[in-house]
Amino acid sequence: MALEHASGDKRFKILEVHMKKHQFRHDALIEILHKAQELFGYLEDDLLLFVSYKLKLPPSRVYGVATFYHFFTLKPKGEHTCVVCMGTACYVKGADKVIGAVQEHLKIKAGETTADNNVSLLTARCIGACGIAPAVVYDGSVTPRQSPESALEHINKWVAK
Amino acid sequence: MILNDLVQIKTKELAARKKVTLRCCMAAGCMSSDAKGVKEQLENAVAQAGLENDVEVRGVGCMKLCCEGPLVQADPQNSLYIKVTPENAPAIIAALHGGTANIPQADPDAAFFKNQLGIVLANSGVIDPERIESYITVGGYEALHEVLREMTPRDVVETMVGSGLRGRGGAGFPTGLKWGTVAKSPGAKKYIICNADEGDPGAFMDRSVLESDPHSVLEGMAIAAYAVGADQGFIYVRAEYPLAISRLQLAIKQAKQLGVLGSGIFESPFNFTVDLRIGAGAFVCGEETALMASVEGKRGTPRPRPPFPAESGLYGCPTLINNVETFANVPPIYRNGAEWFAGIGTEKSKGTKVFALAGNIKNTGLIEVPMGTPLRTIVQEMGGGAPGGAEIKAVQTGGPSGGCIPAQHLDTPVDYESLGKLGSIMGSGGMIVMDDSTNMVDVARFFMEFCMDESCGKCIPCRAGTVQMHNLLEKILKRKATRRDLEKLEELCDMVKNTSLCGLGQTAPNPTMSTLRFFRNEYEALLQPDKYGPGGNGDTNRQPAAEAK
Repeated sequence: MALEHASGDKRFKILEVHMKKHQFRHDALIEILHKAQELFGYLEDDLLLFVSYKLKLPPSRVYGVATFYHFFTLKPKGEHTCVVCMGTACYVKGADKVIGAVQEHLKIKAGETTADNNVSLLTARCIGACGIAPAVVYDGSVTPRQSPESALEHINKWVAK
Repeated sequence: MILNDLVQIKTKELAARKKVTLRCCMAAGCMSSDAKGVKEQLENAVAQAGLENDVEVRGVGCMKLCCEGPLVQADPQNSLYIKVTPENAPAIIAALHGGTANIPQADPDAAFFKNQLGIVLANSGVIDPERIESYITVGGYEALHEVLREMTPRDVVETMVGSGLRGRGGAGFPTGLKWGTVAKSPGAKKYIICNADEGDPGAFMDRSVLESDPHSVLEGMAIAAYAVGADQGFIYVRAEYPLAISRLQLAIKQAKQLGVLGSGIFESPFNFTVDLRIGAGAFVCGEETALMASVEGKRGTPRPRPPFPAESGLYGCPTLINNVETFANVPPIYRNGAEWFAGIGTEKSKGTKVFALAGNIKNTGLIEVPMGTPLRTIVQEMGGGAPGGAEIKAVQTGGPSGGCIPAQHLDTPVDYESLGKLGSIMGSGGMIVMDDSTNMVDVARFFMEFCMDESCGKCIPCRAGTVQMHNLLEKILKRKATRRDLEKLEELCDMVKNTSLCGLGQTAPNPTMSTLRFFRNEYEALLQPDKYGPGGNGDTNRQPAAEAK
């Protein structure tokens, strides 16, 4: 049994150390997928097979869990991510207009990435920042009180680069 | 760790208190508006003024008035600065000596703060959530000591029954009864789970409690574990709350180091450990059986009950599941006694409830009020009404499982029964205010879309029913629906409500049903005359008068 992944990619090694920390327990599958996504950015088939082999779980179980939860993505993300919160508070304060403007500007729909792999547009159910609605998360930083104009301004900074 | 150690920590902390405290809100809302920069600059300004011995800059949890963040409060001056920027720091320090800083302030004695009663949030915005010593200073872990040294598990359950506390996750099941059932269930291994999977959009009470006072939840869990005979606890928290996760991790680490978690707590034979489980974005995991499946690393799908988790839960063992706010209520109950708690609130709903006030309202943020407070007091007095002179049209409680309460029912007291009578639920505490610009049919569609996306797909009424109801609502909004579609929608609501497997499906029709009940005219205004129905072109018995309706 080869300890290292055939590609020699070090990240597989790190992931395996993480699995060892959880004693390869089956109930740690979600934690391990979190780590895998943190390391690789998304969960491709090869990676899921690796997890299934190491945890001695059927691939169907690993694939089933990875596709069940919204947090896991099986497609690569763009260089930048723009997450528009679509919780109720943000919605009644005009998040639908914000996302509409961004969709039109980037010519992609929510959940898609621009053709040049620059920006991924995502929606969130509620990030719990209802007091500062509508909120948008640009590359991981929560930004309060957005409008279609301020969102486009932010995104244009990425596009211009 | 013995009581004396707790007292020593407390004495040392109190002795180190400085003349002036500047409390900076470091909860997620203010953090997104550079609260960190504000705190750093305040520290710098204190150092530059040479006031290190007189002024303490303390990072605290949520200070409640989220819409005006970042917030900084100076004590004992009692000035609450709002929308503070890092550049304001020197002016705030200068104003400590009596001058007036040219920075906007809010009135700390305004109705928004005055009408609040802090039990769960008593420490929020006061203590530093990242230091266990700060929690001990306000009496933290003393209740756990008392329980472990002076009470039997049976006494602990009885006190809980006497307090009348009901589950704060939304359903309002009596907590004491639940504890008693788990305590009586046979089994050598039992588990405790804290449900911090706050998926209800528009609710952020649990996030704030975890970010502001994580130790109160840990202490509450430890007391519950002693009462039911569990030695392992899990906190299942959403991945969307990174700050809450990191503060919990830190709190667990500090509690272990100090020996208030671990083995032989307070030199008693009681052992208790807590582990975190991070969710991965599935609303249905707030349902207890789905949550347990997720803790076991599986797809979060619910299963039929019985057996209830109290008999056969996590890994087939008896399991106690309570919500974050429920656990946070526990230490104050044992510190002050069951009678004290039972004296607050209404006859059937005891204590307080935390609400996340958001939407079309002037003051958005967190509030904690005694049960039975009228909705009008909350939205008009405390919330300040709708901004820009607009009229409040409805208040939505309970998220996708709740309903919309119209303005004419604003005098309803907030308790489990009264809200239930209006077709809504208490829910976990999200309260979204909608003004007269809101289209209620669109609101119903919004929640149905949510339930449709979040349905786990296990049972057919919910999986297929939510899609059909969503299609019908879309059709109504596009002005393509007829009266027959509306009838079909009502039929489906009833069917999905009565035949779904878990709470998600059973409550998914609630927002639609409650808007149909109170805002039926908005639906009817969008309907088209039915060509083949009564009064339509194709109806042979057509009577022109019927068309007007």
